[in-house]
Amino acid sequence: MAIEIITEKCVGCQACLSACPFGAISMEGKLAVIDFDTCNLCGACVDSCKFDAILLRKEEAVAQDISAYKGVWVVAEQYRGDIQSVTYELLGKGRELADKLGVELCAVLLGKDICEKTDEMIHRGAEKVYLVDSPELLQYQNEPYSKVIIELINEYKPEIVLCGATSTGRSLIARVAVKINAGLTADCTSLDIDQEKGLLLQTRPAFGGNIMATIICPNHRPQMATVRHKVMKEAEVDTSKSGEVIKKVYNDNMLSSRTKLVNVIEEEGSTVNLSEADIIVSGGRGLSKPENFALLHELADALGGAVGASRAAVDADWIAYSHQVGQTGKTVCPKIYISCGISGQIQHLAGMSSSDIIIAINKDPDAPIFKVANYGIVGDLHEIIPVLTKKIKSILA
Amino acid sequence: MNIIVCIKQVPDTANIEIDPQTNTLIREGVESIINPFDMYAIEEAVRTKEKLNGNVIAVTMGPPQAEIALREAISMGVDEAVLVSDRAFAGSDTWATSYTLACAIRKIGKFDIIFCGKQAADGDTAQVGPGISMHLDIPQVTYVKKIEEVTADRARVERMTEEGYEIIEAPLPVLFTVVKEINEPRIPSLKGKMKAKSAQIKALTAKDLDADEKLLGLNGSPTQVVKIFTPPPREGGEMLTGSTEEIVDKLVKVLKDECKSKI
Repeated sequence: MAIEIITEKCVGCQACLSACPFGAISMEGKLAVIDFDTCNLCGACVDSCKFDAILLRKEEAVAQDISAYKGVWVVAEQYRGDIQSVTYELLGKGRELADKLGVELCAVLLGKDICEKTDEMIHRGAEKVYLVDSPELLQYQNEPYSKVIIELINEYKPEIVLCGATSTGRSLIARVAVKINAGLTADCTSLDIDQEKGLLLQTRPAFGGNIMATIICPNHRPQMATVRHKVMKEAEVDTSKSGEVIKKVYNDNMLSSRTKLVNVIEEEGSTVNLSEADIIVSGGRGLSKPENFALLHELADALGGAVGASRAAVDADWIAYSHQVGQTGKTVCPKIYISCGISGQIQHLAGMSSSDIIIAINKDPDAPIFKVANYGIVGDLHEIIPVLTKKIKSILA
Repeated sequence: MNIIVCIKQVPDTANIEIDPQTNTLIREGVESIINPFDMYAIEEAVRTKEKLNGNVIAVTMGPPQAEIALREAISMGVDEAVLVSDRAFAGSDTWATSYTLACAIRKIGKFDIIFCGKQAADGDTAQVGPGISMHLDIPQVTYVKKIEEVTADRARVERMTEEGYEIIEAPLPVLFTVVKEINEPRIPSLKGKMKAKSAQIKALTAKDLDADEKLLGLNGSPTQVVKIFTPPPREGGEMLTGSTEEIVDKLVKVLKDECKSKI
């Protein structure tokens, strides 16, 4: 086994027991013992042991020549030709990482008739934009997009590649990482550089946000990560900035797709796009009946926000699944999350507890939602929401 | 039609609690369940088989006790089950996991559709499904919310996106990752449970896979966890009280302060 307790060094302090996220370490007499069937070799115990009594061995495959890889890349996301805001967030964080490493920040933009969009990347800090403009790239499709990005990475060798943790980004970049044998960390909420080793420190939630893990990729390049939307700050626009655009052209074989995108159907306009919304008004079983979601829609419309829902409300068929927030639905982090009649089960909290401000309205003073809410109201949402909506409308009128 | 469904046994995160003293997860007494998203994958695999005739094989990579998850899948209508288990797989990240599962699927033989859940509830990465399809060099469609049509050589599905959904046609073989909206998993029948009890679970170890051993487990994993910590718990804040009017006034002030650009 690649992990062992050095019995001569173990003093039985039990620090590793609580450090193990998998509950794989127990005490036998005065020594810590690892259950290998449960151990995931994550190495959390190694750091926790003050006596260097835990040894984790990793045999390195032939190390890749990683010195050839330079620069930070951001994979831009566009929808119908519009650059998505997650791209600006990636450029903001990417700039910071590139400055710490003293390297270039580059953007990769794929699409059709999007040449003029390269300025948007440059004004937000990209020194170079790799542009692939072709009819086949009009909309996101797994195969042409991944083939092109694999080719670009192989040719220009960036050391870091960042991508949005969106339905597009997650589908695309996992394919790329497998093909080029790179490490990929999903859904990061924090990124930094280990100044000593020059490594990307990638921090992400796991177990529904109950624990956080910091992950590195020491021997493979590029170091790749998807980044959760709305967590990083957008790069500021500076129209005086200039940069280089590198246009690439690829043959039909590179741009072909075995799957065929037949149609794109948008639902309920922008109101359903929970991941983009700054304000979310969310409802649960406390709404009593489906018709009452109208109250929330009215408030969300007044605030320019979106409507979310708990699993209970979705399971009762009061609202479509696309509105569901929580572990089996969407993870959101708006500026303001207004929870109405939602008790706050741990699965729901996993999807919204990284919101900046949480406002909770619930009849039950013991509802767990109040434990995470910045502002709590014990009361009847059917009374409060209409009055609030009216007030907001009169202010904005 | 030969259908494969990839599943993962995960701790039931619904029951996870944090020890307030040590600020770590309490794992004792936490049950293992089939990853909730994989339940939809199992159900869709079984429904597809029922429509088109065929065979469904469930595959899992995990410790020996993951056999329980496979038996549960059989009770829901899966025909055969394969447990891919070996200490050599310990420490696998999503790269090594998708490689191992792809090798196992090749070993199992011919397949038309592979179903996966959209992500696992413990790691939440959503990377293993696409990874398997890349290792096997087959097309993928992620976040499938409806299968409109399947024939012997093609499928037409709806893929959920942030803005709505896409209609995608794919040639078989193909890999789908599915979301909750696709179906409602069935409750196992008594007959299914009986079958699950007596079913033979096929075991595959590292040696059986014809895999490059350097690409398995910890050694085959480019990423490495360096630190695990519990985020500081969010604390409850201020309770707003008073008449409805007073509460609303306070709320408006909060909204104004926090969202200046809008209100």
